[in-house]
Amino acid sequence: MSQPVWILGVSMTKFARYEDEDCVDLASTAALAALNDGGISINEMDIMACGSLFQASAGLGQQVLGQIGQTGIPVYNVSNACATGATALRTVYMSIKAGESEMGLAVGVEKMGKMGLLAGADKKADENVYEPSGRYGSVVSVDGILGTNTMPGVFAQAGMKYAYENDGVGFEQFAKVAYKNHKHSILNPLAQYQKEFSEEEIQQSPMMSYPNTLLMCCPTGDGAAAAVLVSDEKLKTLSAEQQDRAVKISASVLTSDPYVEGGQVQPDVNTLTRNAAEKAYEEAGVGPDELDLVELHDCFATAELIHYDNLKLCESGGAGDFIDSGAPFRDGKLPVNVSGGLISKGHPIGATGIANVFEVSTHLRNEAGDRQIEGAKVGLTHVIGLGSSCGIHILEK
Amino acid sequence: MSQIPIVEYLSLDDPPHLVANECKNCKARFFDRRNACGNCGTTEFQKAKVSSTGKLVAFSIVHRAAPTIPVPYISGLVETDDNTTVRSNIIGVEPSPEHIELGMALELETYELEKDDKGTACIAFGYKPV
Repeated sequence: MSQPVWILGVSMTKFARYEDEDCVDLASTAALAALNDGGISINEMDIMACGSLFQASAGLGQQVLGQIGQTGIPVYNVSNACATGATALRTVYMSIKAGESEMGLAVGVEKMGKMGLLAGADKKADENVYEPSGRYGSVVSVDGILGTNTMPGVFAQAGMKYAYENDGVGFEQFAKVAYKNHKHSILNPLAQYQKEFSEEEIQQSPMMSYPNTLLMCCPTGDGAAAAVLVSDEKLKTLSAEQQDRAVKISASVLTSDPYVEGGQVQPDVNTLTRNAAEKAYEEAGVGPDELDLVELHDCFATAELIHYDNLKLCESGGAGDFIDSGAPFRDGKLPVNVSGGLISKGHPIGATGIANVFEVSTHLRNEAGDRQIEGAKVGLTHVIGLGSSCGIHILEK
Repeated sequence: MSQIPIVEYLSLDDPPHLVANECKNCKARFFDRRNACGNCGTTEFQKAKVSSTGKLVAFSIVHRAAPTIPVPYISGLVETDDNTTVRSNIIGVEPSPEHIELGMALELETYELEKDDKGTACIAFGYKPV
């Protein structure tokens, strides 16, 4: 059994819509804050990984080092859908595990502005003469004709499939998930929105893709998060305070989606999450009943609900009862998304998979202020990107 | 009057039906062109006619979409009687939750979507209640 890897410093910017700051500004701000939090210098970093979905091809990692310390270390620019941040973190983790690096910096950043639905019909050519093209030999854009490609719709269908297969799940349960996360966010000053809504207001907000109303969908937005990772051996050479605040990464797992029938028309977000969870619990030697808090990928209310089951936070088939019982509320049996989740904290895609590590680490360090989950010792973070990629980290203090 | 299917996996032979690329080894079915089988990695395929009847296993009523797409419409996942999952619009039903029942029996129906500049008709498909 190799030695564990630790989080030495971690940070996130407030998620918001920034007018003047670009990705380099946001990522540099987060990186400097993580280094500062860990009491360490950029000169001590052996590796850097920078995650961004829409700007990974711009050499963003190098641009950030250009701002905060151009030390010549290897830089990995990574892009992995909504699991981009978790992938950056895991890139640094693997380098330390492999013995190539003692310390490294992982940054995730995104600037989305108001990108909208992130999918939709392609523009038509000027001359309109049908010619089969692409992998399906289609003659027109099929979005809206052969079902939906939009994210709210795809995740709506994922939730409705669960509702078809299990009892006690419907519009009210999905609305309750969003109610919880909006309510949680009022305690998080770094959240993009901090506003509570009644269940009725959530149900009556504009319908995006039934059953997901506007208030059950995450917003687009801008932000960055960063973490400094350190090897067990190196950590032992650092100060007592640094060692005291370090958070252990008990499991770091990344999966892609295995073949399932139907996966070609509707991405299966369940199997790869289940596989990742199983591997993570085994790697950490921790069971779901031992978790004190969970930050999971609630890109839509329908998604959060099915992940209760995928992550084994509830009985099999019991996700509806789980939310109805109040278990995932911050005063419940197993608080889920006390940050406000993607639904209210926001979801600048590349930042999300490190921002959730920031949230859980902050609770484990007993530094979460008003939103602290008292006595938290073990937490789990989860992201999933369509296409598909799932990242899970289990953290312990 | 010439016609063309919206996608190559829609056959307009009478009666219209979907055709999958079926792996000869493991029988996994795919609607796209294949390099190899995503399930078992082998490279031999045959054409398989997909059953035109099935049931609704998931849906969403889409109210927000790209500007060119008329809303609301029902997007659905249909599990055919021969266990192939198809995604399509659900047609012939009011797009409101009280008119849609998970598990409802459906059948394939084709319709003319639009014509191109040369007058060729694009034939699309959807599923309607039986």
